[in-house]
Amino acid sequence: MKRDLVLFLLLAAIWQLWSGHAETLILVFGLLSCLIVTLMARRMDRTDGSFVDWMLAARSLLYVPWLLLEIVKSNLQVAGVILNPRLAIRPRLVRVKGSQKTELGQVIYANSITLTPGTITLDVRDGEFLVHALTEEAAAGVESGNMDRRVTALEGRR
Amino acid sequence: MTMAIEIASWFLLVSGSIFCVIGGIGLHRMPDFYTRTHAASITDTLGAGQVLVGLMLQEGLTLVTVKLIMVGVLLFLTSPTAAHALVKAAAAHGVRFDGAPGGVSEAADERAGDD
Repeated sequence: MKRDLVLFLLLAAIWQLWSGHAETLILVFGLLSCLIVTLMARRMDRTDGSFVDWMLAARSLLYVPWLLLEIVKSNLQVAGVILNPRLAIRPRLVRVKGSQKTELGQVIYANSITLTPGTITLDVRDGEFLVHALTEEAAAGVESGNMDRRVTALEGRR
Repeated sequence: MTMAIEIASWFLLVSGSIFCVIGGIGLHRMPDFYTRTHAASITDTLGAGQVLVGLMLQEGLTLVTVKLIMVGVLLFLTSPTAAHALVKAAAAHGVRFDGAPGGVSEAADERAGDD
């Protein structure tokens, strides 16, 4: 199948780039590994989305820098909380609705929440996200829905 | 120019290390399992991220830098996934929100109950 062939060639190219060796033994190992991984990927069912979504990759060029900035900001906040002798935390659970339509979009949103310190996704069910927040500020950040909108925009129309 | 890169690189390496230590301090100071994961995510993101970028600046545009970027990408995909799996498992086994000054346990207990 075309998809398997693309995956195999991609894996082979990455192997060569990472190893930088051209001895026969290493090459055979590489080809065997790529073949095994391709077969395993074939046996796993990928139900959601296409193999490589180039438009999504292009849109993520806008999303990723924004996310990195958010991560830096919330890192500084949580670091401040940790170093504050009063340890002013107010842990709480918040439930937020996610507006993503695909599983991939939900995974990106859940992982983005978890990646920003101060908030962590406990559970995703029926498009509802259960989030553990360390402080009021972090909880308010998730509830504002700013990240949710950006992830949905990243997801695009299908 | 090389001097500037050297300074930026070492600033990132030192600053990243400091954030790793802050994450460690947080692990000790936080009252329960869930709040500790927030501290650990500092080490995963800004700590590791700054160290990686610092090392990239040391290397310049080489294959090593490409590999470092891939390490960063891998880390940013796996660490939230692992953190999510950890807290979900903890909630499913009824690990409590101990020592939280806000008092938040009901929702989690109820949630943990039906899993």
